[in-house]
Amino acid sequence: MLQADLNIILPEIILAIFAMLALVGAVYTGKDKLTAPLTWITALVFVLLALWVGSREVGQTAFGGTFNADGFARFAKVAILLSAAAVLVMGQEYLARRQVANFEYPVLVTLAVVGMMVMVSAGDLIVLYMGLELMSLSLYVVASLRRDSIKSTESGLKYFVLGSLSSGMLLYGASLVYGFSGTTLFSGIIEAAGEGHAPLGLLFGLVFMISGLAFKVSAVPFHMWTPDVYEGAPTPITAFFATAPKVAAMALFARVVHSAFGGITADWQQVIALISVLSMFLGSIAAIGQTNIKRLMAYSSITHMGFALMGLASGTAFGVQAMLIYMAIYIVMNLGVFAFILSMERDGQPVTDLAALNMYSTAYPGRALALLILMFSLAGVPPLVGFFGKFYVLRAAYDAGLVWLAVLGVIASVIGAFYYLRIVFYMYFGEAGEPLDKPRSPLLFGFLMASAAIMLLGVVNLFGVEGIAQAASLTLVN
Amino acid sequence: MTVAAFSFYLFALCLLAGGLFTVVSRNPVHSVLWLILAFLSAAGLFVLLGAEFVAMLLIIVYVGAVAVLFLFVVMMLDVDFASLKAEMARYMPLALLIGIVLLMQFALAYGSWTEAETAEAARLAVAPEGVQNTAALGLLIYEQYFLVFQLAGLVLLVAMIGAIVLTLRHRQDIKRQNVLHQMWRDPAKAMELKDVKPGQGL
Repeated sequence: MLQADLNIILPEIILAIFAMLALVGAVYTGKDKLTAPLTWITALVFVLLALWVGSREVGQTAFGGTFNADGFARFAKVAILLSAAAVLVMGQEYLARRQVANFEYPVLVTLAVVGMMVMVSAGDLIVLYMGLELMSLSLYVVASLRRDSIKSTESGLKYFVLGSLSSGMLLYGASLVYGFSGTTLFSGIIEAAGEGHAPLGLLFGLVFMISGLAFKVSAVPFHMWTPDVYEGAPTPITAFFATAPKVAAMALFARVVHSAFGGITADWQQVIALISVLSMFLGSIAAIGQTNIKRLMAYSSITHMGFALMGLASGTAFGVQAMLIYMAIYIVMNLGVFAFILSMERDGQPVTDLAALNMYSTAYPGRALALLILMFSLAGVPPLVGFFGKFYVLRAAYDAGLVWLAVLGVIASVIGAFYYLRIVFYMYFGEAGEPLDKPRSPLLFGFLMASAAIMLLGVVNLFGVEGIAQAASLTLVN
Repeated sequence: MTVAAFSFYLFALCLLAGGLFTVVSRNPVHSVLWLILAFLSAAGLFVLLGAEFVAMLLIIVYVGAVAVLFLFVVMMLDVDFASLKAEMARYMPLALLIGIVLLMQFALAYGSWTEAETAEAARLAVAPEGVQNTAALGLLIYEQYFLVFQLAGLVLLVAMIGAIVLTLRHRQDIKRQNVLHQMWRDPAKAMELKDVKPGQGL
């Protein structure tokens, strides 16, 4: 019994043991001198594990249904592992040159990834909370990793205080849900909740839980921490925040609403539709005034979360599929953009001011073109891949009868296009100013170009992600 | 009123009063003392429920360790609570408004509280018949909630790593004790004996 259960959570066990071995090994030997090889090894482990998890047989539950290793979890886990590996590799050189090369960084990222993998597999409120806290605590620490910088410590502290508040709300909601259904198992909750409309007590619990989860995906009105944390944290860590944890939190969101509250769809549909609209509009409008590219990416991520939530709001299997496709595309775009931001330097110091991009195209036409493609894709301009992500969620909303939501989504998308295109404008038609340093890392160049190439070439068949996402969504919603 | 009911109301009242005064008392040391009262009353409630082990744990861990640690922190840290309070007073009206609205909403929720028909059956008994408290807890923790228990361990590990990463500083400008170095030192080289004659200096 225990043997079979342990076999199912073997990927998580391997990763946790790897983190502990890496920690002990580094403490007793080279400490911070080992950071670079450790980062590469961790990334390698992530990639190998992603390949293994992706090819594993699924459809099992462990520990009395508290842990689900289904196709949906598999999709999310592969996305999380690959994006975390990419971020580790991308940021390694940047951190080493800024003297923040703590060997604990890859260890904490590994533990955060363990938390995320548990989160997306959760089949029980307690497991959900433990996974979420494991991830969040690691993220709080890495946010303030650059402890000599006031901005970095401020971002960590802000993230911690607001994150604890959101955890409190989530827990309160979970306790109300438990009070109603008498069990913490998702399978028990969905049975207790029944079909149709939820009683008031359960509704309270549901809304509290949605609030807590909305904080983790940084959806309006729980988004306040995002710009500050993104700006203050070192850029590679910002890139990490913008990718893997977002996928994990979004997947967890989908899992909670579908496998625990799948019978009372109408009750959470309107709540999620509302936060989706608010996120799309606030993200699009507030980004217009930003001059810092990291803050801009924070608002951009809020907008994108709004779109992904639109897929979720439709409450159908197709909606979940659209959300998964959207998140997969979102990660690839974000990795490309952050690879570019990481290479923005002047006199060896990182620059995040948008004005630094003025006339970038004359000096580096190839990079400027790649960023142009990524920006168009982020804005959702057809025929780039970013457009297909938006197209899927809009169709999911339309099919579910939420025409007003789809219309508002299109409007928000048009508003949001302004600030993406402004970056392109700066690069091609801006006033020439102080130029940026010649980017030195071929690795970042590779990531930027690969991401832009995917945005172009993916138009053919989205690299088959559509079918995989469909299979994944069908294991969650049936 | 039976003894059990009487003690329930007594503990419950003490718990609520303890919680309230923890928040409102002006002196932070008093706050911690009220907190201890709250912990003790909660332990009493646990005993009434038949969960003796948890009750003892609450007293040993929370009162014995956590609350005392709080006391130390409050007394050691030089926090100007008066100015913090003044800052808080500025936002008091808004906070009160939100609090009252929330309270009314909760009254609404709890006023019409219903639970699922399956809830009573799904809810596990406090302890199965004939099994001791500790044994029942052990069965739960190491069988049903094994995964959660291990994850809690990982969370603590992260907390430990985090505390070290964010606070440990390796200072270069201080002298450290090197035991081996001290032991291998040759007394003949380290000391010089001089015979000083009375009345004369060296």
